[in-house]
Amino acid sequence: MSECIYTVSLSDTGESYPCSDEQNLLRAMEALGRKGIPVGCRGGGCGVCKIRVGEGRIRALKMSRAHVTAEEEAEGVVLACRAFPLSDLRLAVIGKMRKNLCRIQSAPGAGHKQT
Amino acid sequence: MACNDVLRPGHVQLRVLDMDDAHKHYTKRLGLIETGRDAQGRVYLKAWDEYDWFSVVLREADEPGMDFMAFKVRDTDALDRLEKAVREFGCNVERIPAGELEHCGERVRFDSPTGHTFELYAEKDFHGNAVGTTNPDCFCDEVKGMGAHRFDHCLLYGDDLDGTVKLFREALGFDLTEQVMDGDLMIGAFLTCSNKAHDLAIIRHAEKGKLHHASFYLESWDEVLRAADLISKYDISIDIGPTRHGITRGKTIYFFDPSGNRNEVFAGGSTWYPDQPTITWTTDQLGKAIFYHDRQLNERFLEVVT
Ligand code: FES
Ligand SMILES: [Fe+2]
Repeated sequence: MSECIYTVSLSDTGESYPCSDEQNLLRAMEALGRKGIPVGCRGGGCGVCKIRVGEGRIRALKMSRAHVTAEEEAEGVVLACRAFPLSDLRLAVIGKMRKNLCRIQSAPGAGHKQT
Repeated sequence: MACNDVLRPGHVQLRVLDMDDAHKHYTKRLGLIETGRDAQGRVYLKAWDEYDWFSVVLREADEPGMDFMAFKVRDTDALDRLEKAVREFGCNVERIPAGELEHCGERVRFDSPTGHTFELYAEKDFHGNAVGTTNPDCFCDEVKGMGAHRFDHCLLYGDDLDGTVKLFREALGFDLTEQVMDGDLMIGAFLTCSNKAHDLAIIRHAEKGKLHHASFYLESWDEVLRAADLISKYDISIDIGPTRHGITRGKTIYFFDPSGNRNEVFAGGSTWYPDQPTITWTTDQLGKAIFYHDRQLNERFLEVVT
């Protein structure tokens, strides 16, 4: 069997990139120097690469239940670093860096929201 | 107190998503040695230059992170004294019977204001290091991968930083070697029970009970660079480095295990004596404090935790 290359589109930015079915969605983006999904641990542990699959099908490896519940997974919410394409995909990015050291990183008055 | 009832970090239990992947990472890549498995399926590991039976325990779970970090104490009298001290401080305290972790004596488990679980124990079976204690060789050439010498410290993230710092200083006799201050708000604390720059570090963070990294000691900058080579060769998820910290002066590299728990291997680091003053870093210089060469804050390093 040879690998299949699919097209991954990010709804928010309109960005799209190719991804092999043997490559996870985050890694394929990073390898091409593309941006759009935040990159954290790359191991399904930190949750920053959380996405919702709007169109298309994926295969996902085990990921932290602290970040993706079974119900979410059933609705197509996954961690990009643990998900592989089975078709062309359209994704919405949900995850983000948490910015908990907000007092350091934000300019005075910038008013980061803590999550 | 350099000669404390608390001797040193003794073990850390980490949750992993897949035991086979984690086992490969911690043995073949980091270079730890498996010393046992228990009925629960937990895997016990030690570094080549450690004497006691284990320093890292891996447990397969649905979410990664740290179950607990433990410190070895001088003897069972010290264990009783410290149990009383953490109880009086207001922690929830529990005695875990000997053998619950194999080869480990009775443990005193307590919670901290930042939502972490810590343990104290006085006894663990002697395993011996890889070179022995009579006319030993200086190194172990059978070791795998990065060849970590020992488990050294953890950096944890949690909300009530002041509370946990107070607990460790007042009830457990730790010293504050370095601190990061945002005006009069402490946002980072580096604590030692020994002669090292830190045995435990904690950063203020909105959520409770998070792990930033578990760290392992290497001997030299050369070994840190070799670790970097192995990270590339085996396509390990890199975080940042090789670089140096202003805080603690350690030469370091950070990477992630296959479940997303951050690991560090580092060399050097400053020496602490209990008559030294605490070093203060201010947030306007935080780039340099964290990454002495780059002097830039890195979002992933600051924010990604398990
Ligand atoms: S990058 Fe951490 S869960 Fe995907
Ligand atoms: Fe560290």
